[in-house]
Amino acid sequence: MIKFLLKGLLRDSSRSRFPVLTVVLGSMLTVMIYSWITGISGMMISSAAGFSAGHVKVMTRAYAKEAEQMPNDLALLKTSGLLERLRGDFPSQVWIARIRFGGLLDIPDESGETRAQGPVAGLGIDLFSPSSPEPRILNLEKSLVRGRMARRPGEILISEDFAHRLGIEPGQRATLIGSTMDGGMAMANFSVAGTVRFGIAAVDHGAFIADIEDIRKALDMEDAAGEILGFSSDFIYRPSEAEALTARFNASYSRPDDEFSPEMLTFREASGLAAELDMFDYFSTLLVFIFLTAMSIVLWNAGLMGSLRRYGEIGLRMAIGEDKSRIYRSLIAESLMIGIVGSVLGTALGLAVSYFLQIKGVNVASIFKNSAVLLPGVVRARVTAASFYIGFIPGLLATLLGTSLSGIGIFKRQTAQLIKELEA
Amino acid sequence: MRRHEIPRVLFLAAFLAGAAGLAGQAPPGDEILRRIDENIGSDNKVIVARMTIHGRRGSRTIKSMSWIQGTDRSFTEFLEPAREKGTKMLKLGDELWTYTPSTDRIIKISGHLLRQSVMGSDLSYEDMMEDPDLRNIYKPRVAGEESFLGKPCWLLELAALSPDTAYDRRRIWVDKERHVILKEERYAKSGKLIKTLETASVLRIQNRWVPERSRFRDVLKAGEGTEFSIESIEFNAKIPEALFTKASLRK
Repeated sequence: MIKFLLKGLLRDSSRSRFPVLTVVLGSMLTVMIYSWITGISGMMISSAAGFSAGHVKVMTRAYAKEAEQMPNDLALLKTSGLLERLRGDFPSQVWIARIRFGGLLDIPDESGETRAQGPVAGLGIDLFSPSSPEPRILNLEKSLVRGRMARRPGEILISEDFAHRLGIEPGQRATLIGSTMDGGMAMANFSVAGTVRFGIAAVDHGAFIADIEDIRKALDMEDAAGEILGFSSDFIYRPSEAEALTARFNASYSRPDDEFSPEMLTFREASGLAAELDMFDYFSTLLVFIFLTAMSIVLWNAGLMGSLRRYGEIGLRMAIGEDKSRIYRSLIAESLMIGIVGSVLGTALGLAVSYFLQIKGVNVASIFKNSAVLLPGVVRARVTAASFYIGFIPGLLATLLGTSLSGIGIFKRQTAQLIKELEA
Repeated sequence: MRRHEIPRVLFLAAFLAGAAGLAGQAPPGDEILRRIDENIGSDNKVIVARMTIHGRRGSRTIKSMSWIQGTDRSFTEFLEPAREKGTKMLKLGDELWTYTPSTDRIIKISGHLLRQSVMGSDLSYEDMMEDPDLRNIYKPRVAGEESFLGKPCWLLELAALSPDTAYDRRRIWVDKERHVILKEERYAKSGKLIKTLETASVLRIQNRWVPERSRFRDVLKAGEGTEFSIESIEFNAKIPEALFTKASLRK
């Protein structure tokens, strides 16, 4: 039966060409757009987690309320003890302490007077421990543009764009002007070891990366840290895992009556990207629904036209005694074959384009030039397991739905009228 | 006394008699500001003061010594605690420099930095840079009379003469007898209250009334504000001219 139907589809190409093309196009677009949305949301999660939110983030309750302002006067104290407890209680996570701060970087001339000055967004991280995961999380080695990695206390990395703007060369001295934990003015000298470019406009504008111990000394934050970030050991964010971990931590560590007790937030809560993540999920679902509806309508219409063209054939089949339901089922089976063929071809084409966009990417740096969104300048599609089947959902369902609707006409034909119709 | 001055004296006497007849009527706002300046203003002042900053996690005290010449030259050296010791600030006109021994750098404080807090206090560098003679930057209006801490006060409303002034509007409560500002409110252009000042005690030094203890508060910040207390003040002190140079910051 299948072989018979397949032969019919191949020999009478006008029966299958248009529906197959419709399904190919719909499936291909579904795969492409799905992979594109997955790529962008994945990059957004990865960048925001690495640079700011982690998969989970521990702060004092007071700091968490004003986290965007980096209120280091409300930072966590005695962090070495807290880190030790976290590593003991939650060994599945990688824990790191960080200090985020704002300030000015002042570049002296030969006489020590200010030659240039600019605002920096500072990050104090564990730069020097051999086991520190920070260089990997921030992709430091690959981001190095000039000079070398910071290796000794007092050495820093600054963003290449910032260095270029202020005319700073690796090896030069620079003075950080910031605020101590008490809010007083902090001034500390550093040596620029190298320059980095992460490809994220919000970071590249004025990144200042130093070892956390140097920053503690400069900002008078002994054994303190604004934030402790937790990452899953494979660095893949799993919302349900983060939520379970957060609930466990807050139940045993956090006290609502103490504004300086630690509080854990999930990536979704800490990153401020909840709305964006919801939007991506919503768009992915909407996308499949739109293609399903549009293709169903097109294929319904195609089915109706096909039924008109095959009016005589269906009438003859009924006249020689073929059951209406059997004819209807054979049309459905035909449509399924069209759906499968179209979905396979569409998915293959969609995957090819998506792979291309995954490797090459699209430069959106100019769009996000002044944006605070932690999104790389070159965004890429991401082919996941779902990319391989997502195109089949609208591809198969639409052909099935379209044919099911158009085929209903078979049941409306009267057998008594068939001979007259055929004679005409 | 010259002959043509007699009618002027008579006119003044008549004016004062008339003024006395209108007992309790407020003098013009300019006159009240002039009296404030006359009381506290001096060509040269040397002040040793303590600043106690009440933060959300505790308090800390900073001791400083300031040499002030007129309204636009001052040199401040921080004496305590150890972390701040040796930090110096120099104000010359509308320019401000700071020096920290740990960096051995003299940095000019300008632009965005001026809005930063001085040593974590409720006072900003912008507050420090302000002309202490309020007549130069505000147009006063007597809004009424009120008591503060049991002292009768003139309530003055000050409107900024220039849009560049840090605070667009101020309300000050001036002690009628001692010509000291006992209470103050500073407002932004939007009308939002930004900072307050309350004087807790006033001291008589060298025939002048000096606010001995006061609390300055940035109402946008959590905390109980910054307390200022004057340990000593010397009016018309001798100050070496060389102190008001950038070179003296490194000494």
